[in-house]
Amino acid sequence: MHKSWWKIASVVLLVYTFVAGFLWDVPRLPLLQETIRNLYFHVCMWFAMMILFTVSVVNAIRYLRTFNLKYDIYARQFAVVAIVFGVLGYSTGAIWASYTWADPNKPAYNSFSTIARDPKLIGAAIALLVYFAYLILRDSIQDMDKRARISAVYNIFAYAILFPSIWILPRILPSLHPGNEDNPALDVKNDISGTMRVVFYPAIIGWTLLGLWITTLKIRLALVKEKMMTHE
Amino acid sequence: MSLDEPESNVWNGLFWVIQLFICINAVAKSFLQENKGRMLYFYSISGPASFVLAKLLFNSLLMLVMSLLSLLLFTLFLGNPMHKAGSFIGLVLLGGWSLSLVFTFLAAIAAKAQQNAAIMAVLGFPIIIPQLLLLMQLSKAAFAPLLTIPASTVLLLVALDAMVVLLAVILFPFLWKD
Repeated sequence: MHKSWWKIASVVLLVYTFVAGFLWDVPRLPLLQETIRNLYFHVCMWFAMMILFTVSVVNAIRYLRTFNLKYDIYARQFAVVAIVFGVLGYSTGAIWASYTWADPNKPAYNSFSTIARDPKLIGAAIALLVYFAYLILRDSIQDMDKRARISAVYNIFAYAILFPSIWILPRILPSLHPGNEDNPALDVKNDISGTMRVVFYPAIIGWTLLGLWITTLKIRLALVKEKMMTHE
Repeated sequence: MSLDEPESNVWNGLFWVIQLFICINAVAKSFLQENKGRMLYFYSISGPASFVLAKLLFNSLLMLVMSLLSLLLFTLFLGNPMHKAGSFIGLVLLGGWSLSLVFTFLAAIAAKAQQNAAIMAVLGFPIIIPQLLLLMQLSKAAFAPLLTIPASTVLLLVALDAMVVLLAVILFPFLWKD
């Protein structure tokens, strides 16, 4: 029980996120209106994804320092759960975009090409594709030590190139595409009022802890499978 | 002429896509064609850092030559929409260098995974997209008479290249021992 305090904290924080996120007052911003509540879900998914990818890279580095296969399993499972959060972030974002960015006078799919060209969406897609490639690379090698070593190297290399560029890219490209600056949905972070912060920050922690919890379960399962394989 | 000259945006897009494929095909050979015996020979005469630096240097030079060659062919066959030819040539060299560095390291990974060039493309495409986007934005400025090329973005690309070299030197020893 003494070690499960963070699991309880995760549940409590998520219940708080759902209750307060749906019931509390939010600022009425033009165009956004009530959809701003998606901030507690959509943005938190990306935060959780980035934190989990970072944990995955840290485990890859730990593997290369110790050559303990345990860390390789950690790195893979964190990457898988992070991908799940990324996909969830995409789907919540798609719902949000269909209410705020899409042209209401046309069917939603007509606005798709304009929305999909946004640098932030491209960055997110790249992040997911890089880790899909990581999974493909890792599962294509048979030898266990070699697989762990090569996939750890790719994990570190990809992370080190990917993350600086997806943080910098949206800051450079909109300056060349002035159309984006007129869109208030992109500046949502500047408009958060105090009441929203009270829900937003706990929500990030809650979702991240949930991701961690799922990953620990997956790691335990993977370790048991590994043990069974080596004993056969 | 049966083909019309494409407008500058199309020219730009085509050029960088073709650069990407040139790079994959030129650089993939550097690691995937080495057989076991020759790797053993390299293993006995040099350390991992100097080996990977030599590979990076050779592929950079190869890619710079190929970039200039494809630029020449593009201007011959598809016309010349460049307004600032000098700065565009500079960008082409910078872009060729960035592409060759990233793909050299990925070729090393793909060769260790005993895979063909296909896995290199799978590994490389998502990683290279941010750099390609930046390069395309920069070269758009070279086609328009009124835009100036932002120096900070060029510096960013150079910094990314430096980081790739550093990572290659740090990480290659782990791929090197078998």
